Amino acid sequence: MPNILAIAETRGGELRKVALEAVTAARALADATGGGEVRALVFGPAGIGARAEALAQHGADKVLVCEHAAYDKADAESMAATVVAHAAGSAVVLFSASAQGRDLSPRVAAGLDAPLLADCLTVSGAKGGVTVTHPTYTGKVIATLTATAPTVVVSMRPSAVMPAVNARPLAAEPVAPASDPAASRVKVTEVVVGGGGKLDLGEAPVVISGGRGLKEAANFKLVEDLAAAFGNAAVGATRAVTDDGWRPHSDQIGQTGRLVSPDLYIAVGISGAIQHLAGMRTSRTIVAINKDAEAPIFKVADYGIVGDALEIVPVLTAAVKAARAAH
Amino acid sequence: MNIAVCIKRVPDMESRFRIAGSGVGIDEAGLKFDISDFDAYAVEVALQLNEKAGAGEVTVICLGPDVVQEIIRKALSMGAAKGVHLKADAVPADSLAIAKALAAELKDGGYDLLLFGKHSLDAMTGGAGTMVAQLLGLPCLTAASRLEITDGKAVARRELEGAAESLTFALPAVVTIDEGIARPRYPSLKGIMAAKKKPLETRPAQLGDARVTVDKMALPAERPAGRIIGTGPDAVPELVRLLQTEAKVL
Ligand SMILES: Cc1cc2nc3c(=O)[nH]c(=O)nc-3n(C[C@H](O)[C@H](O)[C@H](O)COP(=O)(O)OP(=O)(O)OC[C@H]3O[C@@H](n4cnc5c(N)ncnc54)[C@H](O)[C@@H]3O)c2cc1C
Ligand SMILES: Nc1ncnc2c1ncn2[C@@H]1O[C@H](COP(=O)(O)O)[C@@H](O)[C@H]1O
Repeated sequence: MPNILAIAETRGGELRKVALEAVTAARALADATGGGEVRALVFGPAGIGARAEALAQHGADKVLVCEHAAYDKADAESMAATVVAHAAGSAVVLFSASAQGRDLSPRVAAGLDAPLLADCLTVSGAKGGVTVTHPTYTGKVIATLTATAPTVVVSMRPSAVMPAVNARPLAAEPVAPASDPAASRVKVTEVVVGGGGKLDLGEAPVVISGGRGLKEAANFKLVEDLAAAFGNAAVGATRAVTDDGWRPHSDQIGQTGRLVSPDLYIAVGISGAIQHLAGMRTSRTIVAINKDAEAPIFKVADYGIVGDALEIVPVLTAAVKAARAAH
Repeated sequence: MNIAVCIKRVPDMESRFRIAGSGVGIDEAGLKFDISDFDAYAVEVALQLNEKAGAGEVTVICLGPDVVQEIIRKALSMGAAKGVHLKADAVPADSLAIAKALAAELKDGGYDLLLFGKHSLDAMTGGAGTMVAQLLGLPCLTAASRLEITDGKAVARRELEGAAESLTFALPAVVTIDEGIARPRYPSLKGIMAAKKKPLETRPAQLGDARVTVDKMALPAERPAGRIIGTGPDAVPELVRLLQTEAKVL
């Protein structure tokens, strides 16, 4: 396959994990289709160029570094224009299907008149285009899609690709924004970073979610303590709980919330409605704690415990702490 | 405000899906259909914005075969003023082809605000709305979880992973709607009666070339049946043992 342009996402002057995933996916696709050139494009405030090395390490033959003071926050209009300006000769423009990638990729697709294959699990070369697999119907059906066009825009589902080292010598080149971020019509006035460097739901290896079975908002403390005992866990919630204002909507897992696929998902006091399952059923191991043995969550749980979550969770927290301390 | 909302007709996601004999679609026999969730939220947002402003008209637009008229009527019964059916034999898997047809319809509509869902629940591409903005040269805000508009100026919020952005922009603009912003109202009996008399125009969709083909649709591997390992706090040691030795996640 000819060349690939991978977009490497940053936040707060650092590469995000999805940036390494995008470059890894691009390298693997290029190598599987005859070894084209992989260019990575990274946006950020002055100094972001210092992060180019990690992109070369993950397989970028060249790193295009677009620094601008305004890129301490994202600016979709000028970023999309810059991607379009550097896409010439690329068979694939590859994003992560993160919030930012989902925002930029359709702009770039329309700007290039290129088809978009979004939120893909796998990507491979096809005659005159690209073939992907992509969850559809809230994840209940997996579609295999082929786009045939000189350039195809692809976004990969976060965590679908494991970052892998495949080092190239660093070749960085500064590029300028294709339009002035100050002239963009949508202004980011504020970025509110959620609770002190907590793991993101989509990236955490362990997700512990609470539902209405926790009885009241204050009992989420038990779930947070369990997450802290794991050390690598994020806390999610059901819509019943986010609608009641116990937790922010950004914590909601499911059909209309976040889609997660961690190594371990623990559902605490959650009935297992189909709309909730849509967001977590691809988790590797699922644990359910529910007082009703007939709750549908037990149908998907590898390990279920029937009983009162308010009694069980503190005991589990202590046991997890002890198990981790013994390592 | 003059607001357009693009809505898609999708099957009820609680259904047990079967793959059609062709292998490239789902078997639609016996399925119930409705407005895609985020699109229904968008209709609600449009109605609330105009109710708050005390003026304005909501137009709903849907591309697809004749059966899509049923969801246009539903949106009219919720309170939209008129519907446009962009007729196509089938809805392509290519969001850009859809976006081109929607953009052609929306271009000279004189709308202040164009609303879309964050993504459709069947295709789950999350493309068409943002593409329409790019094609029409309009400002675009994706995945809004809050939207307030005063005097043609919008303030919105969107959730990122582990963070949120506040944004401002001026109308006309495109906004795609996320969770948390509004729950769609149920049509009232009066609304349902009124909807029957509301205008619903039909014209052919000017679809762009569809360059995405579906090679295959498949059901994901079923999870092995669940297993209850015990009752109450006494079951915790066994759970921890399984997490360590069998699942190897602890
Ligand atoms: C269009 C649409 C979209 C939706 N999208 C989503 C979505 O994205 N995400 C989502 O989660 N939901 C979504 N829902 C809502 C979904 O249908 C359910 O209503 C919701 O998931 C239920 O949340 P829950 O499990 O917390 O509450 P409930 O269904 O009320 O379940 C509570 C559970 O707690 C158990 N319990 C009670 N007390 C205890 C105790 N002391 N110890 C242990 N267990 C206890 C009960 O047995 C019960 O199973 C959506 C619904 C619709 C219509
Ligand atoms: N056939 C259609 N008719 C009208 N609007 C649509 C159609 N398909 C998609 N849309 C709109 O575009 C949004 C994104 O769809 P998608 O790109 O399929 O995820 C949807 O939420 C709708 O608002």
